[in-house]
Amino acid sequence: MSDSAPPIPFLATVGLACERDRRLLFDQLELHLQPGDMLQVAGPNGSGKTSLLRLLAGLMPPTEGSVLLAGKPLAAQRTELARSLLWIGHAAGIKGLLSAEENLAWLGALNRCGSTSREAIWTALAEVGLRGFEDVPCHTLSAGQQRRVALARLYLAPPPLWILDEPFTALDKAGVAQVEIHLARHCEQGGMVVFTTHHSLTEKARNFRELDLGLRAA
Amino acid sequence: MTMSWTWLHKLGSPKWFYEISGRWLSWLAWAAALLIGIGIAWGLAFAPADYQQGNSFRIIYIHVPAAFLAQSIYVMLAVAGVVGLVWKMKLADVALQQAAPIGAWMCFVALLTGAIWGKPTWGAWWVWDARLTSMLILLFLYFGIIALGQAIGNRDSAAKACAVLAIVGVVNIPIIKYSVEWWNTLHQTATFKLTEKPAMPVEMWLPLLVLVIGFYCFFAVVLLLRMRLEVLKRESRSAWARTEVAALVERRS
Amino acid sequence: MSNVFLLLAMHEARLLCRRPAELANPLVFFAIVIALFPLAVGPETQLLQGISPGLLWVAALLAVLLSLDGLFRGDFEDGSLEQWIVSGYPLPLLVLAKVLAHWLFSGLALVLLAPLLGLMLGLPASALPVLVLSLMLGTPVLSLLGAVGAALTVGLKRGGLLLALLILPLYVPVLILGSGALQAALQGLPATGHLLWLASLAALAVTLAPFAIAAGLTIGVGE
Repeated sequence: MSDSAPPIPFLATVGLACERDRRLLFDQLELHLQPGDMLQVAGPNGSGKTSLLRLLAGLMPPTEGSVLLAGKPLAAQRTELARSLLWIGHAAGIKGLLSAEENLAWLGALNRCGSTSREAIWTALAEVGLRGFEDVPCHTLSAGQQRRVALARLYLAPPPLWILDEPFTALDKAGVAQVEIHLARHCEQGGMVVFTTHHSLTEKARNFRELDLGLRAA
Repeated sequence: MTMSWTWLHKLGSPKWFYEISGRWLSWLAWAAALLIGIGIAWGLAFAPADYQQGNSFRIIYIHVPAAFLAQSIYVMLAVAGVVGLVWKMKLADVALQQAAPIGAWMCFVALLTGAIWGKPTWGAWWVWDARLTSMLILLFLYFGIIALGQAIGNRDSAAKACAVLAIVGVVNIPIIKYSVEWWNTLHQTATFKLTEKPAMPVEMWLPLLVLVIGFYCFFAVVLLLRMRLEVLKRESRSAWARTEVAALVERRS
Repeated sequence: MSNVFLLLAMHEARLLCRRPAELANPLVFFAIVIALFPLAVGPETQLLQGISPGLLWVAALLAVLLSLDGLFRGDFEDGSLEQWIVSGYPLPLLVLAKVLAHWLFSGLALVLLAPLLGLMLGLPASALPVLVLSLMLGTPVLSLLGAVGAALTVGLKRGGLLLALLILPLYVPVLILGSGALQAALQGLPATGHLLWLASLAALAVTLAPFAIAAGLTIGVGE
């Protein structure tokens, strides 16, 4: 990441609209994301928070408008997007039958992100407080612990753009605080985070913004 | 979207479709009624009887057009599917889902007339003849598309899934058809083929041709009617659809 | 790219090994269906031998179909499919790896079980190689086509019966060729033609089906 801001935003939306089951969730949404930005998507249930995140991650085709990655449409930039995106959805892709280590090794290989060596994974798991749970099948872990397994990916030399859907769900207070700090630090180092949560954050990055989809609709 | 595709999107605009189809509809309906009327009268009353099967062969004047249509409609579904998937044309989605039940009915008519024809010819209501068997499988393929469209709640996803299924189906149809024909020759059940006459005299196949074209017009009319209704439903929030519905209600009362 | 193909196949294999009961179910189903027929039509060897090609193939077809229900549903529900899509790897390649792993564990086991059931139905030993070969070539096609249906019904809570409705008509050519091969072998005729056709169907399915499966999954995830 260079210090001078590029003229074209890293991620942008142009006239984005999303319609679900004949209900317009939002339209004419303009959004810009530069290195260092932290964006919290807020709004009541059903206001389209998850849909917006899925649109940004290229998982869903927009009803209108487009998402641009470095100025070019997302559809033409699949590999570029894959290289720069870490997506953790509401369901995080953790297999209950596999151990935390096996899960992280596979997801790391799939996303080509940084190191998938055993040491790196064990260190990351220790960071999220799962020391001693490395080789236990994930379905025996609690919901909060499973969430921690997914979030351990944030400690494995991940790509710059993080899109996280409800990352704090099921985490205890200490866990939330720790992840908040980690997100803020990532942004200070030139990364970008887009996430949804109902928590009010105590630790924010310098370029923190909030997008309230509920207010837009009103 | 590039500029070169704007005409396609204009074509796909619901309002434009509704206006144009309204103008075509009466012409097509007249053509269908006329052609089917002429064809039926000609085929049933004036065409000569078959030297082997007598008058029972006349059912081909219903069977063949229905079977033709059933097959073409499936191909049309796949074409609409490609257009819908590649160019994201909503009207193609509408066409796909509205045409599928018509195709299934045509399949059913072809099977029914085949069975009725089978009784005097083979002495049984159902014989595992290659054509009838293929038609039965085609009916199942139609059922699959209709069932999938109804099972998926989200309208756009349902249309896309049906499009994929129709494309997979259309790739498979020739394989199914050839394999069934081959299976049939191996087992040698039927000696007669319903339509494969070595040489049908002109006075026999000309009414058939008229009827085939008539059936196609009839299909176009039914499809347009169904599509217009669906377009009105989908556009019920827009101003033009509201005025249209108001006008329709007024004309009724 | 081939690296991730192997890794995914191994990942899936590992998952399958941790649920051995689920792998066994289609096999037991296959055996039970075969066992039902002598009970229904009587134990005469002559009769059973005559209908055994069709019987074995219909039972195998249903067993494969049964094993495919929910092939992608777990991945859909736990978010794995989303991870596949954002990974940027070609989705057809990934689904091919998954279906291949699934076939290696369930389809291949079926192929190996079939001669035993064939013998119980009175098939002569000379027909067994054709049975194994035809199933070996036919079951991948069944798996791939069935996976298309599993992908199209991925977002539905209960897709089992719908899957059968969508896919069984597409199984007709494989059924005709597979049982035809076995019938030819029973009558002492060469079955090479049937087997070659089955092989071409397999080649066609391996080339085209992954794209349809990927399209179906993308639709399901994008809903």
